[in-house]
Amino acid sequence: MTQIELRGVQKYFGAVQVIKNLNLKIEDNEFIVLLGQSGCGKTTTLRAIAGLETIDDGDILIDGAPVQHLKCSDRDIAMVFQSFSLYPHMTVYENIAFPLRATRISRGEVDKEVREIAKVLRITDLLGRKPSALSGGDMQRVAIGRALVRRPKAMLMDEPIGALDAKLREEMRAEIKRLHLKQGSTTIYVTHDQIEAMSLADRIVIMHEGILQQVGTPSEVYAHPANLFVAQFVGSPVMNVAPATVSESAGAAQVTVEGAGQGFAFPRELLSRLNGKASAGGLSLGIRPEGVIVAHQAGDGFLPVEAHIIEPLGSYDIVDLKVGSQMLRARTRSGYVANAGDRVYAKLDPAQAHFFDTESGNSLGVRL
Amino acid sequence: MAAVRTSGEVALNRVAIVAVLLITLIFLAPIYWITATAFKPRNLATTIPPTVVFTPEISPFVKLFTKRSQLREAPSPEEYEAAPWWERTIMDGGEKVVRSGRGEVQLSGYPDRFMNSLIVAITSTVLAVGMGTFTAYGFSRFKVKGEGDLLFFILSTRMLPPVVVAIPMFLMYRAVGLNDTHWGLIILYTAFNLSFSVWLMKGFMDEIPKEYEEAALVDGYTRMQAFFKVVLPEAATGIAATAVFCFITAWNEYAFALIMTNRRAQTAPPFIPSQVGSGLPDWTVIAAGTFLFLLPVAIFTFLLRNHLLRGMSFGAIRK
Repeated sequence: MTQIELRGVQKYFGAVQVIKNLNLKIEDNEFIVLLGQSGCGKTTTLRAIAGLETIDDGDILIDGAPVQHLKCSDRDIAMVFQSFSLYPHMTVYENIAFPLRATRISRGEVDKEVREIAKVLRITDLLGRKPSALSGGDMQRVAIGRALVRRPKAMLMDEPIGALDAKLREEMRAEIKRLHLKQGSTTIYVTHDQIEAMSLADRIVIMHEGILQQVGTPSEVYAHPANLFVAQFVGSPVMNVAPATVSESAGAAQVTVEGAGQGFAFPRELLSRLNGKASAGGLSLGIRPEGVIVAHQAGDGFLPVEAHIIEPLGSYDIVDLKVGSQMLRARTRSGYVANAGDRVYAKLDPAQAHFFDTESGNSLGVRL
Repeated sequence: MAAVRTSGEVALNRVAIVAVLLITLIFLAPIYWITATAFKPRNLATTIPPTVVFTPEISPFVKLFTKRSQLREAPSPEEYEAAPWWERTIMDGGEKVVRSGRGEVQLSGYPDRFMNSLIVAITSTVLAVGMGTFTAYGFSRFKVKGEGDLLFFILSTRMLPPVVVAIPMFLMYRAVGLNDTHWGLIILYTAFNLSFSVWLMKGFMDEIPKEYEEAALVDGYTRMQAFFKVVLPEAATGIAATAVFCFITAWNEYAFALIMTNRRAQTAPPFIPSQVGSGLPDWTVIAAGTFLFLLPVAIFTFLLRNHLLRGMSFGAIRK
């Protein structure tokens, strides 16, 4: 049972505030991912929880008890670093046994625990080796083993697979997930990779410039982004966003993106739903590439557009469509649009459209 | 990479090998000379041209370690028979060892001087490297107010040549009674080496990733434990390199030792040349003293050679 709670946490590096009034409650056994660009304060938050950084204001609570004044050794938290930080002068066995030797448990017990965790991580045959003789993936397994062996209250991971190559990253991602399901400990995982975040997290915490932007399950964050930052940070390829105006025409709503002659047709109820929500700065339309429907023939509600750039990605293509002066990225069946310059017809799926206040960037909360 | 070499490159390579051999010979020549002289009979030590082929003798070392007196006449067969094997080597040259009333061999001043050198050099090296390591760790890991100024101040203690400070130091030492004591020299050499040790160790400490300690901290260790269990083993190379340099400096130091000590705590460097001036110098004995004096540094450096080599190129290569 480990709950971690952050209450009004503030942190400055000199004059720069890197964490701004952070409030977050992490439940027992939860896998939380802190997601954000580098410099957004996610690693500092993690280090503050571990006790490697002091905080300037607020409380960090573990199981209800404030720990911000405790030394890291007294917090009973384990951490996996991006650089793995395996002690180079010790063997794999000694590395894993190291945290146990800080406690007062017997030699036999240490041996039993080390071998048990090695078995779970499938590194038993590596126990006699030095870290320098390991591959990146094995190093990471050892680092995770070292963190898990003590059965800590919580496990913190700072971009643990960021240094590995793409294929290994995918493997290790699955392995971390498997371990979490098996060992079940409260885990906080820091990454800038939204795919990693989506695939691992129970809940994602998105941070930007020291401010928490949104907390939610991967599908919540994907389907209901709280603001433009989240909308464009989560999801690949990136969501299309453009300033737009909404008008009424022929009994339906028309959404016209800036610089385009014609508008896309939307159900009439959009008008009443949006009424009075946007500030003076106007609103922006956001739509993911899979929400753009492309056809060869003109049809009801389809606008003629010109294909600009085609990126074949194997299972699908991303096609840049020119809508007035804006580019609209659409996801199509591979090879559907044959050549750049082709004239095709596009329509937006109203159910996948998002509307934001252009000035504040916040979502207007209108979904059809 | 295929090693295809043009004939020009091969020739250049051979020239380089010859040059390296030549330089090595030039550097080794004095060491050979001292070593050879230390094992020569006295009459061959100063021949011109130098004697290269000779039967090595142990007699210079016997002379080095003992007090001797001239034999007025050749030893009788009984006397010769009664003497230990090593004494016979000097009897042939017309000398014998001075013995006390109870028959104990009287030693020369050299063994004590040699021991003094060992005591002073080892103790000051341990102190300088130990304190330097802690200081460097502090400077490397924590925000120290005026770090740059402090480091420069530490270095500045090394800027004056020893001769300049020797006289004031002598007067101060006399006032506090540290003259001609082991501790006097140890303190002096430690202070002298400390600046060097701090600077060198700071470079090594900066190269050790902070994450190792942080990992140890979250693994449940205190900072002190993390320092001893994680940082120190990682710094072994730096410590070895620093220790060699400090040891060599303290072992070879001449100016302070000459002024600050005369008998009780005198080290070998001021003692050996003092033997040249007394009467007709026996060069074989001086060579024997010098040869033995070279050994500790050679052994110490040899033992730490791997660390030393790594230490020299430390930080030059990014992993």
